This record gives sequence, structure tokens and C-alpha cells, in this order.
Amino acid sequence: MSRHARDDNVPLNADATSSRDLALEVENLRTVFHTEHEQIHAVDGISFNIRRGETVGLVGESGSGKSVTARSILGLIESPGEIDPASAIRFEGDNITEYTESEYESIRGDGIAMVFQDPLSTLNPVYTVGNQIKEALSLHQDLRGTAATERAIELLEEVGIPDAARRVTEYPHQFSGGMRQRAVIAMALACAPEVLICDEPTTALDVTIQAQIIDLLMDIQAERDLSILFITHDMGVIAEVADRVNVMYAGEIVESAPVEPLFAEPKHPYTRGLLRSIPSTQTSGDRLETIKGEVPTPNEPASSCRFAPRCTKSFEECSEVAPTPTAVGDDPDHDAACLLYPESMTTDEAVAHHRPADDGGEQ
Amino acid sequence: MSGESSGGSETSPEMRNISDSNSTANDDVLLSVRDLKTHYEERSLFGGDPVRAVDGVSFDVRRGETLGLVGESGCGKTTLGRTLVRLEEATDGNIVIDGDDITTLSGDALQRWRRDAQIVFQDPESSLNDRLTVGEIIREPLNVHNWKTPAERRQRVRNLLERVGLREEHYYRYPHQFSGGQRQRVGIARALAVEPDFVVLDEPVSALDVSVQAQILNLLMDLQEELDLTYLFIAHDLSVVRHICDRVAVMYLGKIMEFGPTEQLFQKPENPYTRSLLSAVPTPDPTVERDRTTLRGTPPSPRDPPNGCVFSTRCPAKIRPDGFEELSEHDWDAIEVFREVLRERSRTDPSLSERARELLGLETRLPDVEEAAGELFASRSFPSDVQEPIQQSIEAANDGNEEHAREIITAALGSVCDREAPSLLATGRTDSGRSSRCHRHKEEYADPDASRSDSPQS
Repeated sequence: MSRHARDDNVPLNADATSSRDLALEVENLRTVFHTEHEQIHAVDGISFNIRRGETVGLVGESGSGKSVTARSILGLIESPGEIDPASAIRFEGDNITEYTESEYESIRGDGIAMVFQDPLSTLNPVYTVGNQIKEALSLHQDLRGTAATERAIELLEEVGIPDAARRVTEYPHQFSGGMRQRAVIAMALACAPEVLICDEPTTALDVTIQAQIIDLLMDIQAERDLSILFITHDMGVIAEVADRVNVMYAGEIVESAPVEPLFAEPKHPYTRGLLRSIPSTQTSGDRLETIKGEVPTPNEPASSCRFAPRCTKSFEECSEVAPTPTAVGDDPDHDAACLLYPESMTTDEAVAHHRPADDGGEQ
Repeated sequence: MSGESSGGSETSPEMRNISDSNSTANDDVLLSVRDLKTHYEERSLFGGDPVRAVDGVSFDVRRGETLGLVGESGCGKTTLGRTLVRLEEATDGNIVIDGDDITTLSGDALQRWRRDAQIVFQDPESSLNDRLTVGEIIREPLNVHNWKTPAERRQRVRNLLERVGLREEHYYRYPHQFSGGQRQRVGIARALAVEPDFVVLDEPVSALDVSVQAQILNLLMDLQEELDLTYLFIAHDLSVVRHICDRVAVMYLGKIMEFGPTEQLFQKPENPYTRSLLSAVPTPDPTVERDRTTLRGTPPSPRDPPNGCVFSTRCPAKIRPDGFEELSEHDWDAIEVFREVLRERSRTDPSLSERARELLGLETRLPDVEEAAGELFASRSFPSDVQEPIQQSIEAANDGNEEHAREIITAALGSVCDREAPSLLATGRTDSGRSSRCHRHKEEYADPDASRSDSPQS
């Protein structure tokens, strides 16, 4: 997590968690999509990790690269998309970006499982829910026949579906939205994964059902010591579930911090703007604070701050220097990529701090 | 958004309905909805029960206000909005404006209402025709209503583009060239083209990112002030509703559960459903202590709403029948879940192959309800007046008679909530304009714990 420890590749300081406690480590991940006219840098050099039993949030607006990050971790990027060979995603000691498809299959589900936003697109409409869970069980746990059926019923009960013995014989269309998402979670659990990636798992659900699913995920996590990567655009949900949060904007992580300092003292102007545009944080009837403009498409390598055109605090250098994550605030884990920091420096010094060392300050 | 409403002399809509059925007394009322029902009939071979999307709602919309309509998906809020602008036909009841009943309008009068009332749809991706330019899209309602001359129409479209924060040169662009927020601006411009008085905003910002959502909400508030618009704001996002609405109606399964001025309703919700709904909203503050009532299960089907209170299958404040006070919450919960299981089972239609098996005299039974009951009631011991009806009910269900099984339980363990539909009662201070649909508001059923869960949102 701490940038310095990473640069030296040696865990010098005490807060560099030993790699055994890390369930997943993403290092300088770049995922590029090549189109006819341009290259889209959907994920552009992000680094974060997930410790065992922890929930890490990835939050951002649509187009910020959250879902591409998830798909990159699971090896689901297909042409014209490509993961930069210099990227590393470490799981159980291996850099899985180097895996072949069949090696990937051995960890997908078993090691890292995923819950998608729309349960209907995850479930196959022509098989019963039970058959789909049994398929996962036979692939990953080598269970078949009655044993598999019984295990499937247990899993449905575990995710809080009443009358599971009957439900197991039903088709996805006979389930309500919340029940379907529970069934998808049951399928993910069938493989007994270490890491669960939840990509907007509650976005399609009503708020009372969302509360049920969040409770369920937290219970399962406590029971199984799961590590969860929770992707959402909803700051309220993030505040509730995450231990640490990464805020993404146009393919980059602009701020990362444990959840409490992030909400108490957001440092990056984008995070601040995002929090202020939530209606419940403002007095009713007033005009809402907004961030002008819209999220840009990152179609060239970052040579400047991508948020600068929308930022109220931007100055000349913001369009010349790409900021790097810098420690801000009291918490050692609190980083922001913004030329305003470190606060202890003058603006010139801070700009020099962010300027890449190798191009001698010329740009 | 004009702050708290000024009226202050309102009683609950239904009570108003009794005292003054034409509601002409209050001249700031734009629109009176009385006992409105919109049902969808099944057009299949077997007929079947209609979907009671909107099932008897009454309220007034005041001139210049923003009335919020909130609820979960399937509660009928969108159908209600669409019925008001005559995109759906009402099954029963009336919608009265200036003495005319909108549900029966036809010809010129209907045409006029379709100009005065407009709607902005939720999904800006699907509500704009991709083959028309933005200019043509906004101009379409002007053409339909034969508004002034073509040259004036073009000018009007240009003004509208600018008014909603787009630029004149966007006239000749196509919707796919715009982002979601910009497309929603186009949808708003189209709705405003024919100078309506009343606009139904059907989830206008729920498909947008939060920073863009704030821009659109600001735009809507500005336009309302400038053009004297009356809004019906349909949303499931409660924080947005709290921000923008003057008064709020909370819907569940086709009925209004609670109605009142926004701030009061959010600070001190009276209805158990509103309380649970508010407590389920995640707050963007990790230090907040959560005192959440997570609701069990999902709303029942609007084809087959519960006999008593529509919320009785999930209600955390459900009244128990006399004599069962000593049963623990968990035990009582298990019984409610068991009833839900029976309910679900009795609703399951047999599939074609099951029907065929039945004709051939083969085994068709669902897995025994005993297994589900065993899972639910394991490690629980009930007194005999609870145990016996449960046992009888399990036996009835095993004989394939789920309906009878449900009746046994309701007769033995049901309460007023299962038998009688509560009416919308005035609550709060006499002139607060608040009302709520719950038996707990009657003195004999007052909930001793109600004060505990007040103001889940502060």
C-alpha cells in the first residue's frame, strides 16, 4: 500500500504488511483498449491491495474504470483490450497476469469469485438454480448427485433463502431480484473462494433488499474470513461496508484511505466534490454543489491531472504534470494524487515532488 | 422546494375526501386524486387475477409544489404517474382538475390535458428516438400540438436548448452523441416545449452519476421557480426526494402508506414501513451508528395482495394476537417466515410437465413442507397453542392444500393486521397534514416501542 515500500520492493517500514496477510495485490495495473482511432486507457496504472478478511472499496462514477479493474483481476479482458505486460496482480504468490487461460480457470471461482451487478445476466434462464449451483459444485468441489443437491440446498439456506428444498428446483425467473442475487452469491460460495469481487452487487436492488444483501455479505465475510473487493458508485454503501477505500477517476486512483479519514477529511478535490454532490449531505431546498462537466475518456497516457479541467482548485501546472499518490493527512494509509499535496511544501516544491524524476523537470 | 408548504389547514386526504368531496374549498389545489385504481388484466387463456398496480390512492397536488412519490420497485409509483398523464387508463376513481375528471376526458379536452401535463422518463437512453436530431425531438410536441408557425417553433427549440444548459448548435446533433446527463436535459426540454403546468418526473436522475445528478436536480429546481411548474417527483432514492420535495407520499403495493410534509416525515416517520425504508438507506458517514431494521423477505405479488394490511407480511411492528406476548421475537419471526413459505408455495403455478404428470397420475408433489419447517423451527419449542396449529398446517400443506394450511395459521395466530386493512389516518399534530396507514395509530394498538425507533435519519 505505501508507495515507498513498493518502489524499493523491500518492506522497510513496519506498516508494510507482510505478503502473507495480503489476499490480493494489484501493482501498476494498466488495461488498454485498442480501437480503430485511439487507445482507451481504461485502467491507467493503479495499485492497491486487499488484506485477508478485509473489505476494500473501489468507488467512482461510470467510466472511471472500476469494472475493467475487476475484469482484469479475473482475466476476463478480451481483444481489443489488453493488460500491459508490466502490470502485476499477485494472488497466492503468483503474478496471475502471466497465467494461461487454463491456469486462470484453476483460480477463477476457487480462488477469486465474482458477483455481478445484474443477477439475471449471471444466471442461465434455461437451467434451474439448483442445477447451476450443482454445476459449480461438480467443477470445483467434485460433488455430484444427491451430495451435490444437498450441498446446494445448504448453500441456499446459508444465503437466507427459505424453503430451499423447493427453491433449488426452480428457475431464475421464479426468483425475485433479491433472491436471485442471493442465489448468485450462493453460486460464488459453492467454490469456496478466498477473494470475492462484488461489482455493484446491490445497484439493481431496492434499498430494503440492498440492506439484506449487505448484511448477508458481511455475515458471510465474518464466517469465512473472506476478502472482498466491493465496487460501487454509491458513497453511502461504501461508507457502510468498506474498511479501506480507493476513489477512481478516469482510470486512476486519485485518493485512497481507510474509510473514516476518507469521509471525515477527503483530500482530493474530486473526492470532496463527489461527497458534496450527494443530496443528503446538504440542506434541503438549497442548490446542490456540483462538479461541472463530465468524466473524460482517458484516450492518451496521463501527462497531466485528468481532473484538472473540472477542478475548482486547478492551477497552471495541473495541465503539465501528472500527480502521483502522495501521503496526506494523519493516517499513514491516506494518499491522494494531487499537486496540492504534500501540504507541508510550497506549491513549487509540491509540483517538483510530483514531476517524474527522469525527464529532468522538462515537459 | 419552496420550503414547507404554506397551506397548513389540511387534514389527511381521505378525511378531506369525506368532508369535502370536490375539494374546491382550497384553491391552491391543482389536482385531486380520489380512490384511484389502475389494474392490469391478464390477457392470457386462463385469465387470472389482475395486477393491482395502483389500488385506491387519494391525495391532492398543490399548485407550485413538488410532491414526492417514493417506494420500492413494483409499488405502483410509475403506474400512478403514468395514469395521471393518461398514458395508462384508470380502472376506477377520479383525477379532478378544475372540475374536469381526467380519467374520462376525450377529444379536445384530452388533447389539452396532454399539453398541460408532461412527463420526463427515467432512462435517457431509451426515451429519445435515435433517428431524430435533438432539435426534431424537442420540436415534436410543438408539431403535434400545432404550436404557432414553423419558424417560431425553431426559435422556441433554440431557446429551450439554451434554457436547459445545452447549446444552440446541438440542434442538429443526434442523441447518441450526448452523455446521459445531456440526454436527460433533452428529455426535460421536450417536456417543457409546450409550456405545461404539471410535470411528472419519473425517476429523472436515477440513471445518472451523482455529480451529474446534482446538475439535473439544480436545473429542475431553477425551472420550477422560473416557470411556475408543479412537479410530481417519482423516485426510489430517498435522499434526492428529501432534498427536492415539499411533501411526500410513501407507496407500498399500490397503496399510500404515509403522506406528509417532507422534513417532518423524514425526521419522525409514523408508519412502520416508512421507518424501515428510511433506516435502510446507507448514509455516507462511516461513523454513524446503525440502528437498522432490516426487513425480511420481499413485497408480495400485487396480483395477490395480503387480505389485511398490505405490509403485514414484512412488518416489524406487526400486532400480535392476544395471549402470545411471551413468545420471543425470533420465534415469532420463524412463524412469519413459515407463513411466507406457505404463501409462496400456494402461488406457484404448476408447470406444463407437472400438469401432465398429474393427468397421468404420477407423483407431482413439491418437496415436503416439513423440511422447510424443520429448518425454521429446529431448536425452538413452542407452547401447545402455537405448536398445534403449526402442526395441523404442516399436515394440510403436505396433503397439497396450501390455502387451507394458511387459513389454519391465520385463524390461530393472525391478528388485526392480517384481517383488516387499515385506513389512512391523520397523525401528528392536528393541522400537520400528515397521515399514515397503520393499525398502530389506534389507541388500543399503540406500539409501546414506537418511540424507540423514531428519527432513524437525523
